[in-house]
Amino acid sequence: MAQRGIREYHGKAILHRNWADYFGAEFRYPFRAALVGPDTDLAGLQAKHPWLRKERLVVKPDQLFGKRGKHGLVQVDKTWEEVRAWIETHQEKRMKIGNVEGKLTHFLVEPYIPHAPEEERYLAFTTGDDGDTAYMSPLGGVDIEELWDKVVEVHIPSTISIEEVEELIRSSVPEGVPDREAFGKFASGLYRLFCDLHFTYLELNPVVIKDDEVFPLDLVARLDDTAQFLVGKKWGQIEFPAPFGRELTPEEGLIKELDEKSGASLKLTILNPEGRIWTLVAGGGASVVYTDTIADLGAAGELANYGEYSGNPTTSETYAYAKTVLDLMTRKPDPKGRPKVLIIGGGIANFTDVSRTFDGIIQALREYADRLKKVGVRIYVRRGGPGYQEGLRRIKEACEELGLPCEVYGPELHMTAIVPMALKEA
Amino acid sequence: MKPDYTLFDRDTVAIFWGLHAAPIQRMLDYDYIVGRKPSISAIVAPTRSQRFHKCFYGTDEVLIPVYRSVEAAAAAHPEADVMVNFASFRTAYGETMAALEEETIRTVAVIAEGIPERLARGMRDRARELGKVVIGPATVGGIAAGAFRIGNSGGTIEAIVAAKLHRPGSVGLVTRSGGLFNELASVIARNADGVVEGIAIGGDRFPGSDFLDHLRRYEKDPRVKFHVMLGEIGGTLEYRVMEALEKREIRKPLIAWCIGTCAGLFPGEVQFGHAGARAGRERETAVAKNRALKEAGALVPDSFDGLPELIRATYEELKEKGEIEETVEPEVPELPLDFAVALKQGKVRRPRNFICTISDDRGEEPTYCGVPMSEVIEGGYSLGDVISLLWFKRRFPKWASEFIEMVLKVVADHGPAVSGAHNARVAARAGKDLVSALASGILTVGPRFGGAIDGAAHWFKWAKEQGLAPDEFVERMKQEGKLIPGIGHRIKSVRNPDKRVELLKAYAGEKFPKTELLDYALEVERVTTAKRENLILNVDGTIGVLFVDLLASLGYSSREIDEVIEAGALNGLFVLGRSIGFIGHILDEKRLGMPLYRHPWDDILYAVERPSN
Repeated sequence: MAQRGIREYHGKAILHRNWADYFGAEFRYPFRAALVGPDTDLAGLQAKHPWLRKERLVVKPDQLFGKRGKHGLVQVDKTWEEVRAWIETHQEKRMKIGNVEGKLTHFLVEPYIPHAPEEERYLAFTTGDDGDTAYMSPLGGVDIEELWDKVVEVHIPSTISIEEVEELIRSSVPEGVPDREAFGKFASGLYRLFCDLHFTYLELNPVVIKDDEVFPLDLVARLDDTAQFLVGKKWGQIEFPAPFGRELTPEEGLIKELDEKSGASLKLTILNPEGRIWTLVAGGGASVVYTDTIADLGAAGELANYGEYSGNPTTSETYAYAKTVLDLMTRKPDPKGRPKVLIIGGGIANFTDVSRTFDGIIQALREYADRLKKVGVRIYVRRGGPGYQEGLRRIKEACEELGLPCEVYGPELHMTAIVPMALKEA
Repeated sequence: MKPDYTLFDRDTVAIFWGLHAAPIQRMLDYDYIVGRKPSISAIVAPTRSQRFHKCFYGTDEVLIPVYRSVEAAAAAHPEADVMVNFASFRTAYGETMAALEEETIRTVAVIAEGIPERLARGMRDRARELGKVVIGPATVGGIAAGAFRIGNSGGTIEAIVAAKLHRPGSVGLVTRSGGLFNELASVIARNADGVVEGIAIGGDRFPGSDFLDHLRRYEKDPRVKFHVMLGEIGGTLEYRVMEALEKREIRKPLIAWCIGTCAGLFPGEVQFGHAGARAGRERETAVAKNRALKEAGALVPDSFDGLPELIRATYEELKEKGEIEETVEPEVPELPLDFAVALKQGKVRRPRNFICTISDDRGEEPTYCGVPMSEVIEGGYSLGDVISLLWFKRRFPKWASEFIEMVLKVVADHGPAVSGAHNARVAARAGKDLVSALASGILTVGPRFGGAIDGAAHWFKWAKEQGLAPDEFVERMKQEGKLIPGIGHRIKSVRNPDKRVELLKAYAGEKFPKTELLDYALEVERVTTAKRENLILNVDGTIGVLFVDLLASLGYSSREIDEVIEAGALNGLFVLGRSIGFIGHILDEKRLGMPLYRHPWDDILYAVERPSN
């Protein structure tokens, strides 16, 4: 998967956990934060974090979306009672953020840090093709986009040494920052942490530095999840939540779990459960091409899912995957009584055993044959690769035996040629 | 020397990292059908002790040397300038970096998916610094048609020949996706004359080499007449190609398409199959890239489906201009069918050398005589039940299984002085390992030590079946000068009975359906103990005759019982049980740490005489 967003709470927890290795005693990070999820026992939380009752607080949703202040979702300078009441009215609430609608589930509660707007700075790092970029500005805060021309962008080539990096960052701290020396030290330390802990994006906006105390008032972070094996211990207990508005359906969750357990790749995203075009496509690239083709032919609105299986999954993994898709597509017939189509597509595999994976699909087809007939399914197959003749023969025979209308093609047919055939029927 | 734009030719040989038999074989199969020598000269496998890996080249088997490190392999094989790196995502980075430092290695293909981005970028930077090439990570690799195949690229040999990847054509192909690499090669074979070379740069965000790196090589390669590039949503690598087009660095026709044009139609973020396939900004969308490619002068179809037609038209045009000549199709030798494949297809048969009727380890879980392991554990099978399944191929009734366990307990140990235990202890004190010391004890088991169970079962059964009265049997054995096995004890006697024997007899009396041979043996005992007090039916004798009664009660015929005895099953019970004691004695010696045992001189009567002449 590579880059994935993490909650603000976890981003801050990672900073806190590794703080001493990067800032020694030079800067301190008084990390106090509490994460409230749908199942959090607020009374227990209060016992665990006594400061909740003593301090004035800030509360905001912690679900990977930004511009929370602009959506009126940041409550500042509140008591614990007020925070609790606010969380209770907002928990489970549906919100529209940008063009995405989702449900509020997680909130971050922190002590309120009184400060003047002039103390707010901006600091961010990103990774790029030929190196990383540091962004620094004396004017942080919610209006950063309007003040973007004040931001200094420092390109950090991927080939220079860490000493050179530190020098580069320190010398690039913008003029408007009152204590340039201290800010430069903090920024270069944070950059080292950013690299070592495999962040791909880290934004502190605003960050307030008072003497040796650092307060990242707002933080956005993405990690390279493939680095789990290297620095997972340094990350500590974190999770990679689905983006806001993309909470996993139970079926997507099931496939995600299957994917994580398997050496193969199994992906499923439901785009429109009412759609009449369902796909079971092998291969990361091929699945994108099938989706493109369906969209090109003007049927994007009817496309029910995006997904792919690849990397030679076992028969039982393919069965579980196919079963999940078939179950979804046969839950109810099209309200207008039109047929549904199932596209079992794929390119010419390198080493995925086609007959073995098709055996899993056939098993699922057998199990769902009656339900498939009820919703009027037509099946279109195109696949190549090791054992494809055998696989195609078996799926054809199985469909004939089960009475499922099915057209089967091998690599001699252009990969996506089954899409127009299928759409004509749908 | 090959020209600098050529990474792979028909003489290229590689070091293959990882002992992955399947892709190694696929590479050699490719070599065989294109008529070149094997393309792998060494394998690196740090954790393997074997020195060679055996694989097929046609019908012959060849040995490929195995080394413990990249350094050792490169030192021994300076002719290899490619490393095909099949290491996992955990180790691939370190091994790639090690290979790049080797002067003789110029190209490293990294297959692993899931290498952290920052490390992948570091690999790429180091390679560029050294003027070397990394292909991947997260790729199937690529093929130089008719010359060199990386790992699994191209799929089956049949697919390779169908996609004309076994001999050079006129197209330079570069894709991101490894799956679509085959698809594109196949499209190019059907609509043009095939590829000269095809590289899948891999789906990661920072590939070691990108579209432009390979297009630049193809641009210099006179065999390449036009390029085909398949990009995708996410990242900006395709823009490097556009710049090169605008600067006229790329002059040969370039057919290009970026997949993922559908992305704009879906709300929120959908992560497509590849790690790099995520459009953060408008510029990174497939639609924007396709538009920009077209503006930069590439030949861009309206959709993926337009590719075949565009490839055909470009090919025909160049052919008409005389830039492409008709290719001569080479003879492709038939690849011998693997035995396993042929067997699966029902094309060959072979007599088996071994037959097994007691267990099977091939399925989801091992079975004991058809009973799955989970049933053995969850169904509460006793150790006696397991023995009955594996030795006698049926589950004995409870009374019989319990008897087996009782026998094992009774024979488990008989102190350190008996010869087997003594030998085991002496061997353990000589510093031998547990298995050797145990073997030393077990090898003592035979006709004089522990063998009486077998003998008793045999002779008492024989006598009874011959219809000999107990006194006749005793007389007969005496005449033949034989001791009756299972009769007699050093200390125990009629008045001082052996507790173990009492227990066994009591159990059999209560639980066995019948004990005919025991009854007979007890009559024999009456005759022998009349002669001397200690000539009792001893524990070995009791076990022997009771086992015959057990089998008879379970419906075994006389002949079947003889077979069981002759096969040594009763000795087996003794060896199995007594091994428990032997192991105890050996562990005891290990704990005590006693030195080597040497028998004292004064305990040996030295009676050595020099021969008279």
